[in-house]
Amino acid sequence: MKPYAWTIQQCHNALSRREISSVELTRAVLDRIAAVDDKVRAYLLVTPEVALAQAAAVDARRSAGEALSPLAGVPMAIKDNMCTFGTRTTCASRILHDFIPPYDATVVERLRAAGAVFVGKANMDEFAMGSSCENSGFFPTHNPWALDRVPGGSSGGSGAAVAAGEAIYALGSDTGGSVRLPASFCGMVGLKPTYGRVSRYGLVAYASSLDQIGPLTRDVTDCALVMNAIAGHDRRDSTSVDTPVPDYTAALGGDVRGLRVGVPAEYFGDAVEPGVRASIDGALRVLEGLGATVAETSLPHTRYAIASYYIIAPAEASANLARYDGMKYGLSVRGADIWDTYCRTREEGFGAEVKRRIMLGTYALSAGYYDAYYLQAQKTRTLIKQDFDRAFEKYDVLVTPVSPTVAFRLGEKTDDPLAMYLSDVCTVTVNQAGIPGLSVPCGFADGLPVGMQLLAPAFEEETLLRVARAFERASDFRRLAPLGDEGS
Amino acid sequence: MSEQQNAQIEAPRITREGVIRVADLAKVGLAEEEIEHLQQQLSSILDNIAILSELDTAAIPATAQVIPLSNVFRPDEMTDCLSPGAVLANAPEVYEDSFKIPAVMEEDEALRMDHPAVS
Repeated sequence: MKPYAWTIQQCHNALSRREISSVELTRAVLDRIAAVDDKVRAYLLVTPEVALAQAAAVDARRSAGEALSPLAGVPMAIKDNMCTFGTRTTCASRILHDFIPPYDATVVERLRAAGAVFVGKANMDEFAMGSSCENSGFFPTHNPWALDRVPGGSSGGSGAAVAAGEAIYALGSDTGGSVRLPASFCGMVGLKPTYGRVSRYGLVAYASSLDQIGPLTRDVTDCALVMNAIAGHDRRDSTSVDTPVPDYTAALGGDVRGLRVGVPAEYFGDAVEPGVRASIDGALRVLEGLGATVAETSLPHTRYAIASYYIIAPAEASANLARYDGMKYGLSVRGADIWDTYCRTREEGFGAEVKRRIMLGTYALSAGYYDAYYLQAQKTRTLIKQDFDRAFEKYDVLVTPVSPTVAFRLGEKTDDPLAMYLSDVCTVTVNQAGIPGLSVPCGFADGLPVGMQLLAPAFEEETLLRVARAFERASDFRRLAPLGDEGS
Repeated sequence: MSEQQNAQIEAPRITREGVIRVADLAKVGLAEEEIEHLQQQLSSILDNIAILSELDTAAIPATAQVIPLSNVFRPDEMTDCLSPGAVLANAPEVYEDSFKIPAVMEEDEALRMDHPAVS
């Protein structure tokens, strides 16, 4: 197996045994990027100088006999909505095309401290608004499993990079499914942690009550390793929760005997493709075979979740994106007066989907519509959360598809915003309830990966990792995209 | 179907003037064809969002955020912060240690604020 195809754990083992240096490993990944990224287009920016300097520093520390984190010396990608000190961070938006952050996001700072190697900034839907990565203000990313298909969004560059061998792992962010959907479409593991588990400081804000950073990895063990590094309280994010961070790898050895699995019927409607349904059914049989009990349950307010999400998220976005005014940083198109400057800057700087969501959010918050839309959506959010609270009284985890379909074709939904919004039908409930959700590969349909979504109560990431790891051990759909002839 | 019923069904949920008003509130300039597009798209999205009105939520509290947190306080102490140079490094225009921006008020308006007695 080529080094670029290794897991974090394999990298760590090889580095620890001095079978490879971090500089060599980093070169292998950079070479892979040079070989395939003109097809995949996972990166907005590749940073070989930064990466090789970090790799050399880790090699020096290792030579000096220092005990190092499992992430030390391992090349990874960061979604381009997380601030990286001194390295351009665009959020895939023309309005931030030249923004060089003067500080690191907390997750970036933590990875730096762990000795991570930053190979580049991953493409995404502009401001994380999208389900296909086609809303990038610069170019779309292609799914490495089928280049005419989308990688999912909004963390599409992150998912594609990991699946294509262009990064050992990546960070994404998830507001309505943006880690889980690309993980599913690209055949990787993706975790949206509990709201408050990972600091959002330095994450460019989209919808602050829903946003959460999470890992995209090649297997469940790697997911736990990344969570160990990024989870935890941060005084700079007042919504980060000050509860102890467990060693997430400790959960991986457990079994699922006696585990109560609930399968909410509302997630298996007509929109679910037969191949997706068959893969999830197969996965449920695997869990049963391992000693879990599986029963159908109901989350009755699921059908309202897209509507409430597409009020709450745009409303918060319209407020958060008010900061892009052309005064302090980013694009500035000076007009006749300050008002004209605002309007021109935002007209030129924002893409169509961002404008659409700002408009929708502004409308929902405007006088006369607030109660009918925003307040009603927040009350619906309560009902969605109560559905989960009730279900978790009877079940330890819930299982659903991540998406009703496998990766769809580029251009298939770009003319129909509503059809695109419906891609998030299985994932938006989770952010509204604040609970953790994990996507794990569970099969293939038409040669494309299918992801199973596992859900657990707040702060029970360990349960998700234990179940996902038990499933992964018993099934094994782990593999990189068969891109070209370089297969591993 | 009568013409009136038809009109009711076809009436877009947001008017052209509505789009322009919201764009003004949001400070987003829109090209002519964007106004038309957005009128259609927002109407269709809002039609679908109208499903929320089915729910009787009179007795349901709103959820603004999901974790049990209240205000977070910290001691009011000096800590390290960014230098003026770092803060201003991305600024489109700078004047000394400040962001330089277009005038917010007319000159005589500003004068009245400096000297409230002047009328």
